[in-house]
Amino acid sequence: MPNTTINPTRMELTRLKGKLRTAQRGHKLLKDKRDELMKQFLDTVREVRSLRSEVEEELMTVHDAFTVASALMSSQALEQALLYPKQSVKLTQTTKNIMSVNVPVYDFQTQTRSDADIYPYGFAATSGELDTAVDALGKVFRKMLKLAEVEKAAQLMSEEIEKTRRRVNALEYVVIPDTQEAIRYITMKLDENDRATTTRLMKVKDMLLKEAIEDRRGQDAIAVKAFSSTAASPSQG
Amino acid sequence: MAATYRIAAVGDWESVMGFRALGLETYPVTGPEEAREAIRDLAKDGDCGIIYLTEQLAKDLPDVLERYKDELRPAIILIPGREGTLGIGMGNIQRSIQRAVGVDL
Repeated sequence: MPNTTINPTRMELTRLKGKLRTAQRGHKLLKDKRDELMKQFLDTVREVRSLRSEVEEELMTVHDAFTVASALMSSQALEQALLYPKQSVKLTQTTKNIMSVNVPVYDFQTQTRSDADIYPYGFAATSGELDTAVDALGKVFRKMLKLAEVEKAAQLMSEEIEKTRRRVNALEYVVIPDTQEAIRYITMKLDENDRATTTRLMKVKDMLLKEAIEDRRGQDAIAVKAFSSTAASPSQG
Repeated sequence: MAATYRIAAVGDWESVMGFRALGLETYPVTGPEEAREAIRDLAKDGDCGIIYLTEQLAKDLPDVLERYKDELRPAIILIPGREGTLGIGMGNIQRSIQRAVGVDL
């Protein structure tokens, strides 16, 4: 139901027609955007799923390795060994634009003196299992970063899709039908006005004609009377 | 636009200690409330790119996850803690699909 205060004028009709055109074009564009986003999103989600299960699995083995290490070492020694990191990680974040959604792209640099020497402890006081654990964690970390990237992308995209979907639906089920209804209302009202004007004109014309006929009849009657009187008097005379 | 950000790991000491060796910032916490504080402080600084949070803590902090879900930074990524995975991370993917599609796929 459109709002009931539409002026049934030609100007309003032109305005509404313009609005309808814009709405239909916007609807089509947004629908395309939604479909494309959805395609990208589903690809991303597939990636997140497989990456996440990999990461979770690998992290569990890492945790296991740490458990073994902590079983072989006292917790104080372990804590001490890991207390001061030798390498530090710097994360660089840039953004990538996927269908107007800014998704993060992570890149990281490790600052360490050499790749082989990431262990922040001397080997004398620690067990070999700790080396294995740290090493495994270093490997899985790369995947974890990738996971962070795609998972965040998926979250941001799902938000954008939701918004776009709402917009598409609002246009499809509210704005466009309402405008069409309003246009129909105005067209019908204008047609009705036209018909009313036509009938009024016909009525007026009828009245004028009737008047003219009556007039004429009166004149005729007078003429007939005059004629019959002039025709009768010579025969009498 | 490329700036450098920090990476943090929040969780119980056993779960996050390994990350310290890699040079991540670790925030060993003992309970959900402590983790909430840690995440809030990290997010407030604005220079934290990723927070890895253990699922064991995340299960008690759904509001925190919800709060940062639509923000570019920080990305809170769930990792299984020492006790194993709880499936929250996977569940969240399912939730975001549901949110995007509008129906459960």
